[in-house]
Amino acid sequence: MKLNFRLYRKIKNALFLLLTLGAALAVLIPLFMIIQFVLVQGASSLNLDFFTELPKPVGESGGGMKHAIMGTIFLVFLGAAIAVPIGVTCGIYLSEFRKSKLSKSLKLTVDLMSGIPSIVIGIFAYLMVVVPLKSFSALAGGIALSIIMLPIIIKTSAEILKLVPDHIREAGLALGLPRWRVIINIVLKGEMSNLLTGIILAISRAAGETAPLLFTAFGNMYISYKINEPMASLPVQIYTYAISPYKEWQKQAWGGAFVLMVLILTMNLFARYILGKIKDKKGTSK
Amino acid sequence: MTNYNDAKIILEAKKLEAWFGDFQAVKGITVDYREKTINAIIGPSGCGKSTYLRCLNRIHEEIEGTRTAGEVLLEGKNIYDKKVDVVDVRRRIGMVFQKPNPFPSMSIMDNVVIGLRLQGISKRSTLLETAEVCLRKAALWEEVKDKLNSMGTSLSGGQQQRLCIARALAVNPPVLLMDEPTSALDPIATAKIEELMNEIKKDYTVIIVTHNMQQAARISDFTSFFHYGNMVEHGQSSNIFTNPKEKSTEDYISGRFG
Repeated sequence: MKLNFRLYRKIKNALFLLLTLGAALAVLIPLFMIIQFVLVQGASSLNLDFFTELPKPVGESGGGMKHAIMGTIFLVFLGAAIAVPIGVTCGIYLSEFRKSKLSKSLKLTVDLMSGIPSIVIGIFAYLMVVVPLKSFSALAGGIALSIIMLPIIIKTSAEILKLVPDHIREAGLALGLPRWRVIINIVLKGEMSNLLTGIILAISRAAGETAPLLFTAFGNMYISYKINEPMASLPVQIYTYAISPYKEWQKQAWGGAFVLMVLILTMNLFARYILGKIKDKKGTSK
Repeated sequence: MTNYNDAKIILEAKKLEAWFGDFQAVKGITVDYREKTINAIIGPSGCGKSTYLRCLNRIHEEIEGTRTAGEVLLEGKNIYDKKVDVVDVRRRIGMVFQKPNPFPSMSIMDNVVIGLRLQGISKRSTLLETAEVCLRKAALWEEVKDKLNSMGTSLSGGQQQRLCIARALAVNPPVLLMDEPTSALDPIATAKIEELMNEIKKDYTVIIVTHNMQQAARISDFTSFFHYGNMVEHGQSSNIFTNPKEKSTEDYISGRFG
């Protein structure tokens, strides 16, 4: 009787382990398949031309996506330039004045904002920027991407700063430092690398977005660094090429997907690397 | 018994009261502190001694829902006066906290001089000089002089607390408040801090809250006994510990409660 019970318990344990393992694999397998698929399909269409050349007309082989790679970098930086200062400042407000009424509604708004479908953000930027300026533009794309980044940056920076214990702030105040000094030179400075990690993650998220760029930055087939003109980007270029009927273009789309994925993965790994370094530093200090 | 009557009064509390919401933690304390003395505040947990201390540099008001009443006179001037800038008050009345709290991601050097640096002093030689003087006063210089650029948080707990003392001394406040500065430390680290307090007493007035009565007896010139937000007794430590006037003081120091 007792033995049976023990056996039953062991079987239950094994079943549960199997279940968790199965769930882990169910997540990992599709992920690896995506990466492998893009790698195999993409790598074959990659060569130096892909990074240095502009697209060739249909029918001609070769050509590249230099304009889209540069465009994506430009758009992402433009988005970050708008979102980072606003986002971090909002994060500071949420963390340092957490009991104010505005803080509570701001928090709710940010939560709602992160749930807005990216296509809706695209439409918003279209109505707010493209329509009044009467032209698709990099500016509209950058603004759309910044709206994608904002809630992520606000949330992560607020969470990071909230983790700084109050006695650190009190120590600063007790030295006779004004509150803003304490926030900027002690609280914020101490968490700089954590903040940077949050920002990189937000940027890498925005870099892969297609929908907000479709009718804002729109895309083109040549190099442009003008903020008031349409600008190409990797996701939109991939989208355009992938739905085209031409084999050449479809191949290029795979190449683009590969580059985009590597770009985002690298950013993520870099963010993790910084985070790991901080943890090392803190770990050895104790 | 030492005669302190000639010593100048540097800090006075007058009918000082403090609240957390509706709860009154400090119920009208009137006392004065003489220059270059160590003043201990003892009392059972929750007697309002820490809150009282935190009123003396107006850090109590940083907690939401708190308020204070009464006056605190620093060299005759009420620090609660509307015209007084709280930042100036805290530059003149320093504080060391219960838990060592060096600023994270900041070197030992930066921790000490940040107060000065943010006041606009940027001359490297001045900062280095101040750092050395203050670290020496905090009896930490010998241990850290070769690693001023290491993180403040990489030090041991006792060293961190001495770093915090050096940091507080760097802005050169005439009065230094200490809120149970050794309660998180081991006996050796505690002994080091008690030792250095005797040194800094030559230049500063110290008000220290402590749970440790032996500590109060060892280091302080004056002792106040707090109970339920009131100051039951205040006097020279030699008197309080050998010949307390009040029954509850006697009960507390003989270990009958608290």
